[in-house]
Amino acid sequence: MRYAMVIDTLKCVGCSDCVVACQTENNVPIGYCRDWITETVNGAYPNVELELKSERCNHCDNAPCVRCCPTGASHIVEGGIVLVTPNECIGCGACIQSCPYDARYSHPEGYVDKCTFCHHRVEKGQQPACVSVCPTKCMYFGDLDDPNSEVSQLLKNRTWKTLAPEAGTKPHVFYLI
Amino acid sequence: MQEELFTSGRNIPHIDPSLEIWHWPISVYLFLGGLAAGLLFFMAIITLMEKDKEYPTVVKYASIIPPIALSLGLLALIYDLKHPLYAWQLYMTVRIESPMSWGAWVLLVTTPMSFLWVISYWKEMFPKWNIKFNWFQKLEAFLAKNRKYMAMAFIPLSIVLGIYTGILLSAFNARPLWNNAILGPLFLTSGLSTGAAAIILMAKTAKEKHLFGKIDLVLIIVELGLIIHMLMGMYAGSEVQLEAMQLLVGGEFTLMFFGFVVILGLLVPAVMELTELVGFKVPVAIPAILVLIGGLVFRFVMVEAGQITRYLY
Repeated sequence: MRYAMVIDTLKCVGCSDCVVACQTENNVPIGYCRDWITETVNGAYPNVELELKSERCNHCDNAPCVRCCPTGASHIVEGGIVLVTPNECIGCGACIQSCPYDARYSHPEGYVDKCTFCHHRVEKGQQPACVSVCPTKCMYFGDLDDPNSEVSQLLKNRTWKTLAPEAGTKPHVFYLI
Repeated sequence: MQEELFTSGRNIPHIDPSLEIWHWPISVYLFLGGLAAGLLFFMAIITLMEKDKEYPTVVKYASIIPPIALSLGLLALIYDLKHPLYAWQLYMTVRIESPMSWGAWVLLVTTPMSFLWVISYWKEMFPKWNIKFNWFQKLEAFLAKNRKYMAMAFIPLSIVLGIYTGILLSAFNARPLWNNAILGPLFLTSGLSTGAAAIILMAKTAKEKHLFGKIDLVLIIVELGLIIHMLMGMYAGSEVQLEAMQLLVGGEFTLMFFGFVVILGLLVPAVMELTELVGFKVPVAIPAILVLIGGLVFRFVMVEAGQITRYLY
């Protein structure tokens, strides 16, 4: 089992519904967010390209945050999901420093928090909150180990990229381009 | 041309617009830890070479600094934790891959041992504070007899303590300024150099001042070489590393880095110590203080500038 998220940048309109759904589902404190939208403009007029992306923790295979954690609070569970155990976290900030995606933040209660791929929903066979609300259906969630899953098929048939591949983290969030 | 912006109002405290999760206590700790490591290293070496009668400052009087520095450093570290009540979780596990875990365990051993070292010299250092408890005098006699074994343990402990402060930063591949292999040796050299400077400040005999002036000079030259190595490595590196280097060379931190660290903290003291060794009369306290200030500023520059550098956005 290897969970992955595939996001179609050609279908995303940047409505931020995934951001709001995540904040509601996971009770994210006001002013914080576990996922966010970036808008990238490439080129100069008249040859301009716009790319919209919904970004979050990449649940890396080679997760630097898990490597750097001094207490083992950051850990990888079945399916490759990276989680933080709040009462093992000392709030040292090492994982925040080690994340090339800046996906982690210090929760006002002290521990470090980030996207969990909605582990509590995925366990029950549901989709993560952000995926389930997307009005353009540009987000897909599934198992990479299953060659017939929707995500595997999309990655097989479409061109895709990952963020900061040069950081060597082997991320699990893929962007169709 | 590329322009990237957040449209969902991402403004996470301490992350955007620039990462700022580690503040001044971390820089202060890195300085104090390096200073303590340097002092403990020289103390152990002199003791093992059986020169402790000739260099009393190193083994006796300067040994008061490490326990104080390490205690203050630990307080600073705990102060900068966001979840400090769970700090004990550090000692529930040993994580070989995490430099911070290494550091936590080394500090747990080194800090009490540095106190025991001071106790072993208690009568000679504080003849007026005669503690009459029987157990204390027994402990002091026992420690004084086994000082050599403590010194043997201090050599690896001080080296790990000194080098870990650099490895701690260089292990974060997401921060291009820190992510270079030279940072560990550089912080160790800087720590040893500040240790030597502290000994020069406290030394009472010309012989001690002279020896540590020479040691400090060598360490300063090595440190300059390592700094050049670090900058050259980044200059030949990937784009993110080039951007990181530009913070130090021509960017926001140029004055702090070249002015206070390289020129006032290394070059000027090196020249002063050299002229002193040649035979001119130079008050050695000046280069020693400059080296100490340079070491502290160096930690601040590295911690602050490193957090600005990132891969995305």
